[in-house]
Amino acid sequence: MGEFQTLAGMVVGKEGTIKKIEGGYGLQRRLACLGLRVGKTIRKVASEPLRGPIVVEVDGGHIAIGRGVAEKVWVEVK
Amino acid sequence: MKILLMGNPNVGKSVIFSRLTGTNVIASNYPGTTVEFMKGTMKFREEKVEVLDVPGVYSLEPTSKAEEVAVKMLEEGNMVINVVDSTHLERNLYLTLQLLERKIPVIVVLNLWDEAKHKGIEIDKEKLEKILGVPVVSTVAIAGEGINELVLRLEEAKPGNLKLSEEERWKKIGEIVSQVQRVYHRHHTFSEVLGEASVKPLTGIPIALGVMFLTFTIIRFVGENLISYVFDPLFEFYTPIVIIFSHFLGSGFIHDILIGQLINGEIDYFQSMGLITTGIYVPFAAVLPYVFAFYLVLGFLEDSGYLPRLAVLVDNVMHKLGLHGSAIVSMLLGLGCNVPGALSTRVLETKRQRFIAATLMAIAVPCMAQTAIILGLVGMHGAFGLGIVFITLFIVWLTLGLILNKIMGGESPEIFMEIPPYRIPYWGALLKKLWIRIRSFLVEAVPFVLLGVFIVNILYALGIIQFLGEITAPIVTGLLGLPKEAVVALVIGFLRKDVAVGMLLPLGLTMKQAVVASVVLAMYFPCIATFTVLVKELGILGMTKSALIMVALALFVGTILNLIL
Repeated sequence: MGEFQTLAGMVVGKEGTIKKIEGGYGLQRRLACLGLRVGKTIRKVASEPLRGPIVVEVDGGHIAIGRGVAEKVWVEVK
Repeated sequence: MKILLMGNPNVGKSVIFSRLTGTNVIASNYPGTTVEFMKGTMKFREEKVEVLDVPGVYSLEPTSKAEEVAVKMLEEGNMVINVVDSTHLERNLYLTLQLLERKIPVIVVLNLWDEAKHKGIEIDKEKLEKILGVPVVSTVAIAGEGINELVLRLEEAKPGNLKLSEEERWKKIGEIVSQVQRVYHRHHTFSEVLGEASVKPLTGIPIALGVMFLTFTIIRFVGENLISYVFDPLFEFYTPIVIIFSHFLGSGFIHDILIGQLINGEIDYFQSMGLITTGIYVPFAAVLPYVFAFYLVLGFLEDSGYLPRLAVLVDNVMHKLGLHGSAIVSMLLGLGCNVPGALSTRVLETKRQRFIAATLMAIAVPCMAQTAIILGLVGMHGAFGLGIVFITLFIVWLTLGLILNKIMGGESPEIFMEIPPYRIPYWGALLKKLWIRIRSFLVEAVPFVLLGVFIVNILYALGIIQFLGEITAPIVTGLLGLPKEAVVALVIGFLRKDVAVGMLLPLGLTMKQAVVASVVLAMYFPCIATFTVLVKELGILGMTKSALIMVALALFVGTILNLIL
């Protein structure tokens, strides 16, 4: 079992599996349409300074999300 | 008959659109909204049919303006070409399944087929066709591969007959993907390494500065050379004709309107202020070269996939201004022309964001037409003055944004977007976009330049300029330290900023005066074309607020510059 962390808290460069997404139906679907769903393997690519956005790799593509949303995505880090 | 091109953002829809349609393409707004889409025609069953490039969406749930429009357009269409990114089959299928739940014929296009191959992704399209029950073709739109097959198989498009709940949809997608897609391991490519380097702050910020520097170097290089080697030589043929015409007219009112004043017995395209001298030279030879250069580079930045990366990098700063990263695109567009810049603020989610973005752009982002003339007016005193002008505008942009964000209540939503891989732009789509933008510049700018020049002449003839000069003297001369005659530029600035800055040239301003005048002209009010758009976008009340901020801030900043320089 790996450690549970949010996308915001994860170290850049680490991989993990999405275990839980907090938030309503609308947010869940928006994330799903970009490939962020429970069970998906992701890699954190970058974290912008000054509470800027987080960039993650999923399905071989890159997604940028705000830090607030990233704090709602829980990942089991490898 | 209407054929709709639908798909997620960044799947190469516009390239397919470009391939299917001819040159007769227009960009228009969906009625009653500010969402823009492209419209063209193609031949289908011996008939001319309309092809609409619907804004890119991830689903048919209307959660944003673009999605609302997509859903509405879907109701009016007769057939959908669903463009799918082969490298992201899974998430693209969500929209595909939703389309197959509607009663409209669908054909699925697996675009970016080559990119998928490079990424080690293999898709069994015959199997996918069987499962979906509609035709599936693969394309490499950039190279034109598969477009013929797409056209041939349009006939076969048919509606799906699915009925799925949200959960069933994702389950079905999972099943489909596991049946038709194989992914093989492979190494990261150079473009992916570069892609990541340009969003990581440590490498990304230097890259961004490099890109910006290169952008403006290219714009200056292309603009200057077009003027020296193309437009000025062309005008050397034009000048003798105008001189003959000038002699023919003799002196008098008509001569003053058409040719304007002769400077030392000769035509001076910046100072003569005639309809067929300054009125023709300014838009074509002084401004068009820079507008052309700007849109050429911007199109490349857009289609290569760099802009989303820039948006991610500047998101934190933009957030402090009450905006998010995507608003940088509005600002860049505004550097070309404030009108498309103002229109592009529509994609921002909230009214508050739109107000801040539009106000900041109108006040502190000089358009290319204005910049071109400022380069001439201030640039003749050296680079130092130019630096002051643009740094002042940047400080105004930043400070005003910080203040507006503080005093206007409300949240600013976070960034939420896909970063497409770097791609080499398809020159056909680039040229088409460049042409559309140049055309709209000419259509919008030339009449206003002519009108501006015409009004200047009338105002002079009636003595109104002199009168305005007298009554505004305390402000113009007192606070801003400009000669009285500069007031005419402020009046004309409402019509066209380029003509207005150009009118300052004959006044023989000192560097300080040229800097103050350029900054004040940039800030005090938008030109009439931008003003009209902003009234539509922000409403009368919003625009009034915005305009008050502009006038007050322009006087304030102008006075300060006058005092400290």
